[in-house]
Amino acid sequence: MLIDWFTVIAQVVNFLILVWLMKRFLYAPILSAIDAREKRIAAELADAEAKQSEAQRERDEFKHKNEEFALQRKAMLSTATLEVQTERQRLLEEARKASEDLRAGQEEAMRTDFRNLGDEIMRRSRDEVFAIARKTLDDLATESLEEHMVEAFIRRCRAVGDVEKTALQAAFKTAAGPALVRSTFPLPAAQRKAIELATREVFAFEGQFQFETSPDLVSGITLSVNGYEVAWSIADYLLALKQNVGDLLSIQSPAEEQKELHPEDGANGHG
Amino acid sequence: MQLSPDEHIFWQYGFVKLNATIVFTWALMLVLAVGSKIITGKLATGLKRSRWQNLMEIVVVAMENQIAEVGLREPRRFLGFIGTLFLFVAIASLCTIIPGFKPPTGSLSTTVALALCVFVVVPLFGIEDQGLIGYFKSYLEPTVIMLPFNIIGEISRTLALSVRLFGNMMSGEMIIGILLTITPYIFPIVMTLLGLLTGMVQAYIFSVLATVYIAAAMGDQGLKQEPEAQQ
Repeated sequence: MLIDWFTVIAQVVNFLILVWLMKRFLYAPILSAIDAREKRIAAELADAEAKQSEAQRERDEFKHKNEEFALQRKAMLSTATLEVQTERQRLLEEARKASEDLRAGQEEAMRTDFRNLGDEIMRRSRDEVFAIARKTLDDLATESLEEHMVEAFIRRCRAVGDVEKTALQAAFKTAAGPALVRSTFPLPAAQRKAIELATREVFAFEGQFQFETSPDLVSGITLSVNGYEVAWSIADYLLALKQNVGDLLSIQSPAEEQKELHPEDGANGHG
Repeated sequence: MQLSPDEHIFWQYGFVKLNATIVFTWALMLVLAVGSKIITGKLATGLKRSRWQNLMEIVVVAMENQIAEVGLREPRRFLGFIGTLFLFVAIASLCTIIPGFKPPTGSLSTTVALALCVFVVVPLFGIEDQGLIGYFKSYLEPTVIMLPFNIIGEISRTLALSVRLFGNMMSGEMIIGILLTITPYIFPIVMTLLGLLTGMVQAYIFSVLATVYIAAAMGDQGLKQEPEAQQ
């Protein structure tokens, strides 16, 4: 008999025990280890995914911040550029103004220098001319220069035009005080007399005369009353000389020079 | 010549006897249990693990996948029984290369015992899954007339299961024994190698057939899909 029933029963029992042993020592631990590992891997994957999403979020945030920063930088840059341009414009304007002021100052200084130079030239010329004229007159005649000047003044008085004469006569007539005669040098009594006579004759003046010495006059004589004036002076010739010198230098206009040399000419009776 | 290790009796007391089948079965049980205990005693759950653990994991996962491929929805529920069937038959066949070892599966008593286990377990799983009435109703399908044939089929397949394994294992042993007397040197070694292959195939066939029987006994709830293999 090939089948031994005791052995069959024993093998059934053995097999059942083996099933229990295998479950206990092999399947359960191995499957638990596999499950634990799978769970761990799944957790790690989930963690990695979470980290990846976190990294993605942070990257997006960083990108967003970067864009914001770029915008701010651009805005600040444009603001700064505008400010710099404004400041540059202002500084340029200031520099231009300062330069203009400096130039104006220099021009003014130059004009002043030129004016002083002109004055100096005029003064020296006057002195020289006066000296030459005096010397020449002394050489040519026996009368003194003063006599000639008085004669010249009297000729001037007599040569006044009708319109001016009428105006001057009216002025002499309405004069409250004495007629003022100014001269560079003290006039002798004869010449004073001559002036008085000529004045009374030409302008029908009845009042008194007052004689004064004025070194400011350039070798001349002036007769003024009630705001009107009749004058003869070497200054007239000097003025012409100065004008010629000014034209030569081409700096100052003749009108300006005229104004500087004869500020009260506008009120004069003889022009 | 002894046809079965049952005939090699170490100790006997009346009906109770201690033959080679039982002794070698115990030896196999000891190897399997102690080996499993040693390997699973220091299991690593991390990515780094020992070679033996890898081997055991491969074996266990392969058996689990095989059960699932047959169509059972919860392979771990059946892994204890079917996996042990496979391991027992396979290790018994592998151990034939050890001189003096007699595979317990070469005993018709052992194969009958295993077939009886399958014979008992199949309806147990079926009843657990479908209930008592539901399971026995399957014997009346497709018609009542088929009841005796179904019962005969149930018994005959158990018989076939046991005899198939016994025949293959015993014949391998017999052929090697005969060849040793005729051509003692090279040819028995080739046949031993062939026997190893045959043993592995028989282990696979035995466990897969057991799985198929269980799958056939399960209702639709227990199956992943319609059973592909039918006996």
